[in-house]
This record gives sequence, C-alpha cells and structure tokens, in this order.
Amino acid sequence: MLAAAERKRLQDKARAIREEIVKVTYACGGSHIGGAMSQTDVLVALYYKYMRIDPARPDWEDRDRFVLSKGHGGVGHAVVLADKGYFERKLLDDFNKTGSPFGMHLDRLKVRGVDASTGSLGHGFGISIGMAMGARLTGRQFRVYCVVGDGECHEGSVWESAMAAGHFKPTNLTVFVDRNRFCLDGPTEEVMPLDPLDGKFESFGWRVLSIDGHDFDAICGAIETAHAETARPVVVIANTVKGKGVDFMENQTAWHYGGLDDRMKARALESIARS
Amino acid sequence: MSTATPTAGKPAKKAAKATGLTWTIADADHMTQAEIYGEVLTQAALKDGRVVALTADLAKSTKIGKFEQKVPERFFNFGIAEANMFAVASGMAETGLIPVVSTFAVFASLRAAEFVRTDVCYQKRNVKIIGTHSGTSFGQAGTTHHCTEDIAVMRCLANMTVIAPADARATAKAVEAMLAHDGPVYIRIGRGFEPPCYKDMDFEFTIGKSNLLRDGTDITVIAAGIPVLQAVEAADRVKPDGVSVRVIDMHTIKPIDEEAIVRAVQDTRRLITVEDHTVVGGLGTAVADVIAKSGKGCAFRKLGYQDEYSIVGYPEDLQHRYGIDADGIVSAIGEVLKQDFEQDEDWEDE
Ligand SMILES: Cc1ncc(C[n+]2csc(CCOP(=O)(O)OP(=O)(O)O)c2C)c(N)n1
Repeated sequence: MLAAAERKRLQDKARAIREEIVKVTYACGGSHIGGAMSQTDVLVALYYKYMRIDPARPDWEDRDRFVLSKGHGGVGHAVVLADKGYFERKLLDDFNKTGSPFGMHLDRLKVRGVDASTGSLGHGFGISIGMAMGARLTGRQFRVYCVVGDGECHEGSVWESAMAAGHFKPTNLTVFVDRNRFCLDGPTEEVMPLDPLDGKFESFGWRVLSIDGHDFDAICGAIETAHAETARPVVVIANTVKGKGVDFMENQTAWHYGGLDDRMKARALESIARS
Repeated sequence: MSTATPTAGKPAKKAAKATGLTWTIADADHMTQAEIYGEVLTQAALKDGRVVALTADLAKSTKIGKFEQKVPERFFNFGIAEANMFAVASGMAETGLIPVVSTFAVFASLRAAEFVRTDVCYQKRNVKIIGTHSGTSFGQAGTTHHCTEDIAVMRCLANMTVIAPADARATAKAVEAMLAHDGPVYIRIGRGFEPPCYKDMDFEFTIGKSNLLRDGTDITVIAAGIPVLQAVEAADRVKPDGVSVRVIDMHTIKPIDEEAIVRAVQDTRRLITVEDHTVVGGLGTAVADVIAKSGKGCAFRKLGYQDEYSIVGYPEDLQHRYGIDADGIVSAIGEVLKQDFEQDEDWEDE
C-alpha cells in the first residue's frame, strides 16, 4: 500500500501529464491520444518513482532503460520527458511540424531521453530484451522497462520475443502490456482475439501479474514484485481504459487517433480535472 | 506510349458520396487515391466472387474498409500481423481466389518482404498488393511509417509487377488493370490527399506502357506517382522561357517502358527522373538501366531521397525540401540543361 501522500503525488502527476497530452494534441493537429492516455499511469509510476535516470545525462551508461514498444504513444512519452527536464517544454509547441525533432513516433537520434526509435509495432519488445541481456553480459545493474500495446501482441514478432525471454530469462526486464482492449480498427477481441493473454505469456515461461493499470497501488506493487523476481521475466498485464481520463474518448474506437478543436480541448481538460 | 492531357488541378475535395452501388467517373473528382481503390475494388468484388480483401488492422487507414461494409463475407482483418497475412494470401490464391492485400507500403514491402518474395512471387501466386502511405506521404509519422524503399524492394522480386499511379483516376485504372493481370502486382499509393493530375478518365492505362503528358525536345522528365503532377507543373513553368520539356508518366516501373525511354534519350538527350522514393534502386535506377543498355550518352539526374531518411513534416514541405516538387524539378531542369555529356559519334545514324 502506498502512503496517501505518495499516491496523491502520482495521481496529480498523471493528471498533469494527461492535460499536457491534450494541449500538445490540440496544438499539433492530432495524435494517438487514446493509447497515450491509457499508458500514462504506468509511465508516471516508472518515471516518477522507480527509474534510475538522470535527465542531465541521457547517455549515462548505467541508467535504467525504457522502451515504448507501442511507439505511437510517443506523444505521451514526449510530454513525460519534457516534464522530467530532458528538453524544454516549448519544443513541443512544434510537435509534428516540419523540421521539428518530434513526430508521432519518437526518434532516439533526435529526442533526448528516448532509448529506442519505435513506431513499427513488434520491434521494441525484442530491443528491450537485448538491452536487458546486454546489462547482464556487461556486468551492469540497470533495469529495463518496456510497454507493449495489446493490439501489438497480434504481431508474430511479439511472440518470438516472448519465447526468447522465456528462454534467456532476463529478470532485469519488466514488460507491461497496455491492455486497453482496443487496436486501430476496433476492440481487439473482435478484430483478432488475444484472450487469454495471461495464459499465453505463462505458457511462454513468464511470470504474469494482472492488475488495474490505473491504480497506483497495484502498479507500484507489481513493479516491486517484478524487482524481487529472480527466476523468470515478468510481464504485467495492465488492464487500462483507452482514452482514460477524457469522458468522450474512453473506450471509443474513433479516438485511437484524433485532433481537438477549442471546444473539445476545453471539455477534455475539464474531464481530466474531474478525474 | 499513349498520350493524355493532364491538368494541374486543385487538391481533391472531400467526400461527395458515390450514389448507389456503381462507381462512376464523376466520383473521381471527389475521391482521393485511397478512396478510389477501395471503391473500385468493392465494385469488382461485387461482380467477381474470386476477389477477397485482406488487411492488418488498417481497414480504416487504408480505406479498404469500404469493402468490409459491402462484401463482409470476403473481407478478412488479420489484426496487426502482416507477415502471416501474406502467407495466407498465397494459400488463398492456390484455390483460385484473387486476394488483394492492403496495408501501409512500409509493412508490405519491408516487414513482410520475405513472405512476399517466397510465398507470392517465387510461387507465382495471383496475389495483389496495395501499399498505402508510400513515400513520405505520411509525413508527420516519421521514418517508421515513411516508405522510400518499396519500389526498390518490389522491383527486384522476379514475377512482380510494380505500379505507381499518379492520382485517383490513374489509381482507378491501375486497380482494374491489376485485377485483369494474371500474377503478383504491387500498387503503391499515397496517404490519399493527393491533387488530381489527369483531368478526366479519357486516357489509356496499360501495364508497361507509359503515358506522354507533355511532348518536348530539350529535356525529358520521367516521373511516377505523386511527382508526376509536379513534373507537369515544372514543364509548364519553364515553357515561357523557351524550354521544351517532355513529361512521361512512368506509372509502371516494372516492366518498364523501355521504348519510351530510349526514344527520350534519342530525342532530348537529357533526362531527369522524379520519385517519392530513394534514388537507390527505384524508378531512377530502372531508367538508368535502360539508358545504359541503349549504349547512348545522355545527361541524367535522379531526383528523390539521396540515400537518407526524411525529416518529419508536412508532405508538401518534405517534397519541397528533397527537391521532388515543381520547384525542385525546375532547378534540376536548369542544371541538367547545362550538364556536359559525351555524345556518341554515330548518333545521327540511328
Ligand atoms: C507493424 C505495424 N503495423 C501497423 C501499424 C499501424 N498502427 C499504428 S497503431 C495501431 C494499433 C495499435 O493498437 P495497440 O497496440 O493496442 O495500441 P493502443 O490501443 O494502446 O493505442 C496500428 C495498427 C504499425 N504502427 N506498425
């Protein structure tokens, strides 16, 4: 159980990040806002409580690594990185604009704090396994965190990654599946069913923790359980809501990607403030 | 080579619903490349029970979703899993079906490349592929979603036909030609906001036969896909200065119209190629192969991405930055007109 003040600190931060996502989305014309909202609490727990990082030294060799395998959530990741001080917030005013370092999917060669350039689904998971194995081989203590989309789990390469991790057992790796139950064309269970997702990972040799991905007690508890695990890689199935925090976006296929006008922006901010 | 009159038109306007089930020429005025192929395919499927559509969680983005509404029993969404989808398409083709697979160009040509090569091309399966969001037409999504390599990849696969239509009207004709053709075909289109190049449907579209859009004697610009309209605009812009530019819409990159290229070398001796693609292995390379084979000297320039990944930005800005818009073509015309080259001695005998 988190102390009440700690829980509130994380909840307030998550609210602030969601507001920022709305503002950047409004300014840039459109973003993958639904998935950016669902992943936010997991990112907040990692970046504001657990990850050993130093925004002044983005290339520090011993830093923990983070890979957003569902790279289209980049708008949400960028907002977190700006808030952590990797770069100035005002750079996000040009998000998506010609010549900006920031596009829908973040480029590690252009954006400080990004450890892998993702966007093509089914790549980041494997990259994170390589990082975790590399830490072990080079005698470093850092941890690796990876967030995979549930729709992304349609990709065969995700299961190649799952199989490899089940075999090589990188216990310094924690993978989160942002289980918001939607992909692009609709609900995952209608487009291409994934359930039982926990059973799939278990049969590939993983320890599976299934949690409410918007409950900080549950998220933090899962991360600490993962840290203590020494035998198997850990996957946290974070059950989330696509569009979380904005009432008119929640669980709406249409809000996988979208833009906001003045009215929608105001409504979205009000909704987040209430959440 | 067939001839046609192009128009430098305004961007295609949105919507204006197609009435009834029948696609009419008038709809092309209002539809984007992507919407058109969805419509033409759907019409074809309603007439021909062999046509099936496959996509990978991109029914909405690629506009093949129209097919899903009208012919749901022959529409299959594989989820975000491209490689398997091409293997399945190969198997379906064995049973006499005509699978049409649509996803972003980058996933069709790169992620699933070996499946396309081994399951479709090697086995000569009658599978049709429509790659959308090609080139840098998905500008703000960045390199993971740009595709400046698909022509090169698809072109090097034996048995594959590669088509890059200039606009929505050409796309409508290309899809029809694709369905009538026996064997693997790859069509690359943009994101679907491209302005029209052909002003009506009154033009020939034959696989392997280029279209002459402007005749000229000083220099030839050979383009494919979205840059075709830009080439036409460039030609019209330099005309008042007395520069006579031939513009060829090389919509089929494989098999390429060798005759039109050799004739252009002989008639104009200066050639420029333009593509929304890397200059390594694409249209420019295909044209260069023909020039080299002809044994004729000429001044030659390939416009496209010069072995680099594009920055992020609006597609029009990117086309400008990388020199494949009308401005870029105009300056290349100026430079290539000044370029020296060795003329072969027996040139006049030809
Ligand atoms: C290999 C690949 N295929 C297709 C896409 C296009 N695409 C972008 S996001 C998306 C849906 C992703 O769904 P999910 O992983 O569940 O993400 P979320 O719902 O959290 O946004 C698709 C199909 C892609 N980025 N990469």
